Amino acid sequence: MAYEFNGKSIEADEEGFLVNINDWEEGLADLIAKDEGISMTPEHWEVINFLREYYSEYQIAPAVRVLTKAIAKKMGPDKGNNKYLYELFPYGPGKQACKIAGLPKPTGCV
Amino acid sequence: MAADFETPVLGDVEERPTPALACGAMAGSKSYVAAPAHNEALGFPGELVPDWQDKAIARMGELLGKYRSLQVFMDSCVKCGACTDKCHYFLGTGDPKNMPVARQDLFRSVYRRYFTPVGKMFPGLVGAKEFTRELLDDWFNYFHQCSQCRRCSVFCPYGIDTAEISMAAREIMDSIGLGQKYCNEIIGKVHKIGNNLGLPGPALIDNLEGLEEDLKDETGQDVRFPIDEEGAEVLLVTPSADFFAEPHVLGLIGYAKVFHAAGVSWTLSTKATEAGNFGMFIGNYEQMRKIAMRIREAAMELKVKRIVFGECGHAWRVAYSFLNTLVGPWDFLDPRYPVPQHILEVTNDLIKRGGIRLDKSANEGIVPTFHDSCNVARASRMGDFEGGQFVIPREVVKACVPRFVDMHPDTTHEKTFCCGGGGGLLTDELMEIRVKGAKPRMEALTDVVRNQGVTHMVSICAICKAQFTKILPYYGFDREVVVSAHQLVSNAIILGNND
Repeated sequence: MAYEFNGKSIEADEEGFLVNINDWEEGLADLIAKDEGISMTPEHWEVINFLREYYSEYQIAPAVRVLTKAIAKKMGPDKGNNKYLYELFPYGPGKQACKIAGLPKPTGCV
Repeated sequence: MAADFETPVLGDVEERPTPALACGAMAGSKSYVAAPAHNEALGFPGELVPDWQDKAIARMGELLGKYRSLQVFMDSCVKCGACTDKCHYFLGTGDPKNMPVARQDLFRSVYRRYFTPVGKMFPGLVGAKEFTRELLDDWFNYFHQCSQCRRCSVFCPYGIDTAEISMAAREIMDSIGLGQKYCNEIIGKVHKIGNNLGLPGPALIDNLEGLEEDLKDETGQDVRFPIDEEGAEVLLVTPSADFFAEPHVLGLIGYAKVFHAAGVSWTLSTKATEAGNFGMFIGNYEQMRKIAMRIREAAMELKVKRIVFGECGHAWRVAYSFLNTLVGPWDFLDPRYPVPQHILEVTNDLIKRGGIRLDKSANEGIVPTFHDSCNVARASRMGDFEGGQFVIPREVVKACVPRFVDMHPDTTHEKTFCCGGGGGLLTDELMEIRVKGAKPRMEALTDVVRNQGVTHMVSICAICKAQFTKILPYYGFDREVVVSAHQLVSNAIILGNND
């Protein structure tokens, strides 16, 4: 599949994950999120920005535990849990948030 | 993302009626086909080769010669029907092609057409079929609706193992360039990065440092997660999901606490960061060997004396049943210990010997049941006695909690039902078959939750844990209902002064 964005066709795989992570930009994230039935709020962006920062350092999305810890630090201890992340990204913070952040899907037994 | 299918209505675990037939119900459930890059990284043709039919039949001939069991399975079915209502995917979908015998017949019909005299001359008489593109598509769909759990083989009077047939079918499809994306992409990551997840060493080290900090805060103890420590006694090989996902990581924390409390020196390895071995799912011996070789190399480089596997179902089958022939001999390890050991064997021995102590009250309010993982239950063993793979995990769990409840006996031990996501099916495009295939397990779980106050279900397999986390909500349960066995150990274990 592909996303039509700013007059360009951005290539994505069968599930909507970007083929080339360098194609990502903020406006495209809004578009991907819309496809997922999510309207982006500042809280969503906190998660997305952290995922991208972590990925640029480690070439992988953060583990769930690393993500919840980071969110707790940024947004308060009551938000540093899986439940809150699932509220933001109902299909799972790992996979759905990665898609919106333009990162590859975590694979394996997760 | 709303589901575009209906979650099955659960019935009574005592009755479990054979579902009404729904012909073609799952014909639309297709795995993604592997891209050329995924196939080529494993040495397979990038895409379906033009002369695929000849190549596939030739490969089938090779496999029939190589695996005597496959030949016997092809010839011995008498269509008695014992297997028909034993597959969770048939029970959950009603699609007759998900009856084990029908799945086998996809393979058998081609076998008969090209490898038996009667099938060559009078194909119509013996259900022999031309290997057409249409049949190949059915192969791809329905051999990726088999989780290779082997439950049907328990009930087959001839012991025909559909898992082995499905592995052979996948091997043939890979050899002609028709691979499954999920498995092949993952195997490529193991070769390139070292694990199914694609978790590079520096990220792993960062994760482990984070866990050490957390445990210091929680327990006040320096519980370590050593990595690449030469000369450690034990090399722990565990599924990469243990470093990444919930509840998997809570099990990993449990292993670390066990080693800490028992005073056993251990290490992880940045080379052997994956216990899982998807080479088995695609029936490819060379891939399986190449993946397993990382463990041998890590063990030699780190000069360990023992190898212990973490909670992972199919990994334990590969480890227990195949590791020695795949990448042995293991004569450089300490002969006083089995090669390899399961973490549950280690923990169970320590509990029995008083090497670790547990406080059951730490799990007050938790009433667990236990989900036997297929590959542990039906393809391996733990301990040195028959049925140890059923007894030892339960002993460990029972030692950690005030009360334990087993599910209906038709759904446990060697008759356990697959979680619905095993054998290379744990991928999002197969969510419908995963949810529906979980129906028999969900019926048994619902029964003990309603009638016996069960609150959690323990699993000892990374796939089961990920699958249940995803599908429990479809059946009205919290995703946290599934827990790691060593998560309960982690809660209960007494650290510090262990005298």
